[in-house]
Amino acid sequence: MLEIADVLVQGIMLGGLYALFAIGLSIAYGVMRLVNIAHGDFLVLASYLALTTIALSGLHPFLAIVPVAIAMFAIGYALQRWVLGRTMGSDGLAPLLATFGIAIILRNALLQIYSADARSLQIGSIATDSLSFGSISVGVFPLLVLLVSIGLTFAVSLLFDRTSIGIALRATSDDPETASLMGIRTGRTHAAALGLSFALVAVGGVFAGIRTTFTPDIGPASLLYAFEAVVIGGLGSLWGTFAGAVLLGVAQGIGAEIDAGAGVLAGHLVFLAVLVLRPTGLFARTR
Amino acid sequence: MTSRLSYAVTRSTPLSRAAIWLGVLSAAVALSVPLWAPSSFMRWAVEVMCYLVLAQMWNLMAGYGGLLSVGQQAFVGIGGYALFVFAQHLGIHPFLAVPLGGLLAAVAAAATAPIVFRLRGGYFAVCTWVLAEVFRIAFSNVSALGGGSGQSLTVMARMDRPLRETGVYLIAAVVLILASLAINLMLRSRFGLGLTAVRDSEAAAESQGVDVRALKLQVYVLAAFGSGLVGAVYYMSVLRISPPAAFDINWVVAAVFIVVIGGIGTLEGPLIGAAIFFGLRWALADYGAWYWLIMGSVAVAVIVFFPKGIWGWVRNRWDLQLLPLQRRLIVRGR
Amino acid sequence: MLRVRALEARYGDFQALFGIDLDLAAGEVLALIGANGAGKSTFLKSLVGQIAHRRGEIAFKGRDISALPADDIVRLGIAMVPEGRRIFRSLSVEENLRVGAFAGRPGPWTLEAVFELFPILEQRRRQAAISLSGGQQQMVAIGRALMSNPDLLLCDEISLGLSPAVVKDIYDALPRIRAHGLALVVVEQDIDTAVRVSDHVACFMHGRVSLRGAPSELTRERISAAYFGLEAHDA
Repeated sequence: MLEIADVLVQGIMLGGLYALFAIGLSIAYGVMRLVNIAHGDFLVLASYLALTTIALSGLHPFLAIVPVAIAMFAIGYALQRWVLGRTMGSDGLAPLLATFGIAIILRNALLQIYSADARSLQIGSIATDSLSFGSISVGVFPLLVLLVSIGLTFAVSLLFDRTSIGIALRATSDDPETASLMGIRTGRTHAAALGLSFALVAVGGVFAGIRTTFTPDIGPASLLYAFEAVVIGGLGSLWGTFAGAVLLGVAQGIGAEIDAGAGVLAGHLVFLAVLVLRPTGLFARTR
Repeated sequence: MTSRLSYAVTRSTPLSRAAIWLGVLSAAVALSVPLWAPSSFMRWAVEVMCYLVLAQMWNLMAGYGGLLSVGQQAFVGIGGYALFVFAQHLGIHPFLAVPLGGLLAAVAAAATAPIVFRLRGGYFAVCTWVLAEVFRIAFSNVSALGGGSGQSLTVMARMDRPLRETGVYLIAAVVLILASLAINLMLRSRFGLGLTAVRDSEAAAESQGVDVRALKLQVYVLAAFGSGLVGAVYYMSVLRISPPAAFDINWVVAAVFIVVIGGIGTLEGPLIGAAIFFGLRWALADYGAWYWLIMGSVAVAVIVFFPKGIWGWVRNRWDLQLLPLQRRLIVRGR
Repeated sequence: MLRVRALEARYGDFQALFGIDLDLAAGEVLALIGANGAGKSTFLKSLVGQIAHRRGEIAFKGRDISALPADDIVRLGIAMVPEGRRIFRSLSVEENLRVGAFAGRPGPWTLEAVFELFPILEQRRRQAAISLSGGQQQMVAIGRALMSNPDLLLCDEISLGLSPAVVKDIYDALPRIRAHGLALVVVEQDIDTAVRVSDHVACFMHGRVSLRGAPSELTRERISAAYFGLEAHDA
């Protein structure tokens, strides 16, 4: 009994991290129908940027999130504005292929600069401290990640629902042609959306870099988790994506409990099951 | 006085007829290679031909069918492992195991199509990747096939070496020639017409009675068959298979780059793309990761500035077609 | 205020407009009539910057806007109520109206003013705009365009798909819309309505203006002839 509760709790917290991966992907798709195949590789980039920032400035990894997030926002903005924005035409192939190419460039650039050695971001004892809730022990760091994840999902929700920028983003997502009729600069709006996506990825990347070691080639795995979370949760809903991420985390946790190497596979199978049984996702908001 | 005009509706142009003769000549040369080339060249040629077939399959799916897959490696891996299952474990002659590998991949594609087709566009693409990963993990857990570290094709090693190398080479060459012919003929048929219609506008095609779902399924399965053949041939040449290699994403990365740089949705494109891909690889052989960096940059630059690829740009600029699919109206006045 | 000379517009290889000349003074209403595909909507889209391939002279308040994109043109004071209304699906009624104000132009049209013009919208301000009836959605589209405080309002087939009673309600609001000196170009399928509300009428056929004049000058026969391309026989 205790073990099941423990597995669930660990899974939920892993899901909190996956939510940070997934929200950014969800935003990019929601606003401009872009599936960023390089998403996972940008997550790894964030980990490496944090590594270099910390090495140069001595900042604590948690504080390093700020400059890394700002840098990643700028990268996302520039990428959409000056590269991907040019590929958006009648078919969806070109932007997708462009992100595919960018993923390869990024992966190999990181390999050249940082080599294939495993790295990690150190935060000292917080990484292994835990709190006790009754008879379940909960890691301090994973709990922090979950709380930040919930907080950011809430903040982004507010941004979309209550602010002028949010209205502009939603209008541009619905109908870019008519949005520009209203004076909305769709090029810049799309760029801001990808910038926001990358800023969230920055947080996810730093936390991931603290949680486990990273190398230039682990990007694709994160992409798949983010993608699975979005599909399981259903399109059109940020909290749906969050729920999907938690479900994925729990599935992987249960799978790992059954067999050490089966965690990832369990996640894939749950994803495929949702796809077969409920293709629109579990919490989809129809658009 | 009205002038007499005669009309002809034809596909071929002088340039295309020349190109066909060039193609026949190339095929003849390719088939003659075992007679005069060293085995190192043959091994390299097998690899090039495998990538070319894979690129053509990906082009068929994405350029003509509108299905962008980044999970092609699933079928390469299945074809490769099928070779081992049939030749090593079931005692079938390895050369016969090749078409069986294609067949097994096609079956796997048909079985999983209902799942992946629930998604479209970019989500379809990533889903195919998930599927490839599932296959990779599954094969990693089959200890009879060597589990995570793979297995060697010992049954082939027992074969007489010149026979083996010539045999593998000829099979690869035949697969390439047949695949190219098949794609060409298919695209000139009603099937190809339907495919082009779907590519241009799915809704319009459906309203004209084109069974879009069936067409896409057929393209998907056909491309999987070709990819399975590639896997079987490649691993028959390399003699050793392992899940990370057989299901490596780099299979589809190479195919994508070759097609995109050469010209997506054209028949000539993959040829040009392959030339550039392997040319760059030879030129940057000593520079490791730089090769992929430059390759990727070229690909992104082409996508942004020449969305139709190099051949697409040439074709539009000078109205050239070496392997034309469209019919032209030729008017001869008297 | 608006001066169009030799305007041509293409969709890819297909040419939709062949040398259109038109003038519009401040505060005037110009009605465009013509069969489907004649080029009326294309003309409006060319004015507002939505047609990529357009050539010719378009001068608005003395300034050449023929090469400007849509998001710049609305800032100069031309707003459009697009064909099919094009309401933002994810936004509420109020949010749809607020988007219209993103162009940042000062003027009499505020949210309150729009609610005064179309009271039903205030009742449903928090509702998803897409859930409203066709006529109410048309009011949202018009209100949204007004929120940018334009000097020139382009209305593309605002009666499309609406019942005559609803159309009448909408056109009854026209005098109040014009009250602040707004000029309008109205594309209208219904010739009687077009003639009734406008100061000038222009008839489009196959991408050209086949007839123009004040409603009082034009007989039914001349209009029908211009509309359908037949020879006119004035009584």
